[in-house]
Amino acid sequence: MTEEPLGDVLDDSDGRQVGAGSKVTLALRIRRYNPDVRTDSWWDEFTIDTEPNDRLLDALHQVKWYQDGTLALRRSCAHGICGSDAMMINGKNRLACKVLVKDVLPKATVEPIRGLPVLKDLIVDMEPFFAGYRSILPFLINDEGEPDRERLQTPEERHRFDDTTKCILCAACTTSCPIFWGDEEYVGPAAIVNAHRFIYDSRDHGADDRLRILAERTGVFRCRTTFNCTEACPRGIEVTKAIQEVKRSILFERF
Amino acid sequence: MTTVHTYEAVIVGAGGAGLRAAIEASDRVRTAVISKLYPTRSHTGTAQGGMCAALGNVEEDYPEWHAFDTVKGGDYLVDQPAALVMCEEAVDAVYELEHWGLPFNRTIDGRIDQRRFGGHTRNHGEAPVKRACYAADRTGHMILQTLYQQCVKRNVRFFNEFYVLDLLMDDGRVGGVVAYELASGELHVFHASSVMFATGGFGRMFRVSSNAHTLTGDGPAVAWRRGMPLEDMEFFQFHPTGVYKMGILLSEAVRGEGGILLNAENERFMERYAPTVKDLAPRDLVSRAIYQEIKEGRGAGPHKDAVWLDVRHLPREVIEEKLPDVTEFARVYLSVEPTKELVPIQPTAHYAMGGIPTDVEGQVVTGPDERPVQGLYAAGECACVSVHGANRLGTNSLLDIVVFGRRGGKDMAEFAEGSDAPELPERPEGFARDMLDGLMNRREGANAADIRSELQESMFDLAFVVRSETGLKKMQQILGSLRERYERVFVQDTGRTYNTELMEAVELGFLLDCAEATVAAALGRDETRGAHYREDHPLRDDEHWLKHSLAYRGPDGSVRLEFKDVKLGPYVPMERKY
Repeated sequence: MTEEPLGDVLDDSDGRQVGAGSKVTLALRIRRYNPDVRTDSWWDEFTIDTEPNDRLLDALHQVKWYQDGTLALRRSCAHGICGSDAMMINGKNRLACKVLVKDVLPKATVEPIRGLPVLKDLIVDMEPFFAGYRSILPFLINDEGEPDRERLQTPEERHRFDDTTKCILCAACTTSCPIFWGDEEYVGPAAIVNAHRFIYDSRDHGADDRLRILAERTGVFRCRTTFNCTEACPRGIEVTKAIQEVKRSILFERF
Repeated sequence: MTTVHTYEAVIVGAGGAGLRAAIEASDRVRTAVISKLYPTRSHTGTAQGGMCAALGNVEEDYPEWHAFDTVKGGDYLVDQPAALVMCEEAVDAVYELEHWGLPFNRTIDGRIDQRRFGGHTRNHGEAPVKRACYAADRTGHMILQTLYQQCVKRNVRFFNEFYVLDLLMDDGRVGGVVAYELASGELHVFHASSVMFATGGFGRMFRVSSNAHTLTGDGPAVAWRRGMPLEDMEFFQFHPTGVYKMGILLSEAVRGEGGILLNAENERFMERYAPTVKDLAPRDLVSRAIYQEIKEGRGAGPHKDAVWLDVRHLPREVIEEKLPDVTEFARVYLSVEPTKELVPIQPTAHYAMGGIPTDVEGQVVTGPDERPVQGLYAAGECACVSVHGANRLGTNSLLDIVVFGRRGGKDMAEFAEGSDAPELPERPEGFARDMLDGLMNRREGANAADIRSELQESMFDLAFVVRSETGLKKMQQILGSLRERYERVFVQDTGRTYNTELMEAVELGFLLDCAEATVAAALGRDETRGAHYREDHPLRDDEHWLKHSLAYRGPDGSVRLEFKDVKLGPYVPMERKY
């Protein structure tokens, strides 16, 4: 039972009690790149006064809005659903809107996600990522005639692929994968997650095609189960497990 | 350099409405979808609770009951024929999404499961009914993904991270749009005989908002600057359960599944305001009740400006299977464990009932006599059909985007098949170019972020759940001074590559337009109806106000209002009790 007002009394990372509205100082170290002004990348440092419960995205906005308008990043919903603001924060792939200032105090190092070409500051070229997604036929395949009402699916059948329906295509998993960094041909974890979402959907008939695609050299067997992807997923998807399930289907069920 | 592209149909925005329209149009005519975000980033993806349709899978239900609830929920400002169309087509719209793979939650016998939602009742108000089809608490995410998947399957042509800055019109006919490519800083002209705006809302004009940073009313503002009216802008929905201070949405599905609201005295106060449906009253009533509790000193939290959302009594499996995201928001952003603790909430700016006026085919219409604009369409939150009237019912926005996205996409394709685009003017990008040059060429001046934050702060104080003539007039003055300062805004970033600072400044201009229309319409309507609560005129006035407002931008920047009659139908306006 919470009698005490929430959001007013909270712990900072050192376990001290701090009141809401109490300011903290955050040092931000940001990897910059801007092809309009230089050919190489560099580091910039900013210091801002912020609140412990603010999002790291809010802190980046403070820099952009009041210190350096040229700082470029993608963001939209600001609560972890749209998948725009995946970036590397203190060495880990995170959504800037799901990291709170109190969790990184006193300083945060922010870099673009790895393995995709950097276009400006924290913005990377997402096209190779989406090309991987498109390659696994990410749509329901079922050539039977459509019934007048819904197709039937039991709660158990529905549950079979529930986890992988959560994917928001933020690329945090794929760009945390050391195999993807070294081999741009590898479709990467997110594409496999989206294939999984259809392969195990009882209404879908395209599993053979997808498994054939993922059995190729660019597919699931590139995975070395480092679990970086699972650790990076802001939606809590068990990415490595999904990849293992697809591997198993290829090995034991289909071919 | 300006690149010219030629298409037959151009859809601006890639949320649910734009994608659904694209599926329809791209089968028939050369179609381009222009979006300032990657499609899967669109705000449709954040809708949580469900999409209502009278499938009758769990309880007896009929589309006509749904239509009645929609009209009553909208406080009788809904155009009734449009509501009947939407609720009739809802059933097939849900089946179509299911056939495309949408992973709805299921009943034991394998049908689409349904749950309760605010304002949705059996037999004209007898009791809450289970009507909302859902996929856990990420129904919008699944709709957006499913529609995008169908676009991938159909090879729909997307122009991602392109911002539409201007609408080309020639003697009352649409000729295309002008867009700014964020990656390169180049302007592109899209020459087309039909254009649809599906750009979503403009909830970023308020400080506490559930809306994405990018919801800045681009489509409505671009159309407004080209002489189109904006309808019913005074009606903005404030969702009762936003995360305290941050405004992040906590779905009404929480209450649909049995969550309740408590004041500081641990009283379930909605029992006093809506004895029949209690916590499942429509959003306008619940938000106003929360304000009343706060005003009378029963607000919770350190500043007594919140109330509690309580789910501690819900079974664990309901929380895990049906409300996983919402409970995670409480954990991440409030450090609250909702299975054990109360969640502090406050009303949050959520949804624009108003927007670009259209008929039921999605075609834009102007004036009290609804003259169609040849080739111009709008769908989704940026449009006003009007199916939501003065207050939208929960889940009806997801329904609106698929039903009217489909209708608009179909009609625009038919229009484009039968007509050529007018010739392009001499310098089609001129207006957009001048706007950008104005911002880029100043080397000193006002800071856009300051102006935006003052706009949001003052709209939250003066044009939120409770409004008055005094407050709105003050807001108009503030808007006047913000507009003056906006004319002096400058951007630090003079580059061409991903100049997001420049686009944020442009978006602020759109937001100011929408705020001006909103405040003028709110000042004009001296009654209380739905989400528009005037404490100086606390009663609904059907004698004078069964009318939609139409706001136009005057040549001097002032706002001119016109009015048109509400289209009534089978439901006679009566006092709204729940």
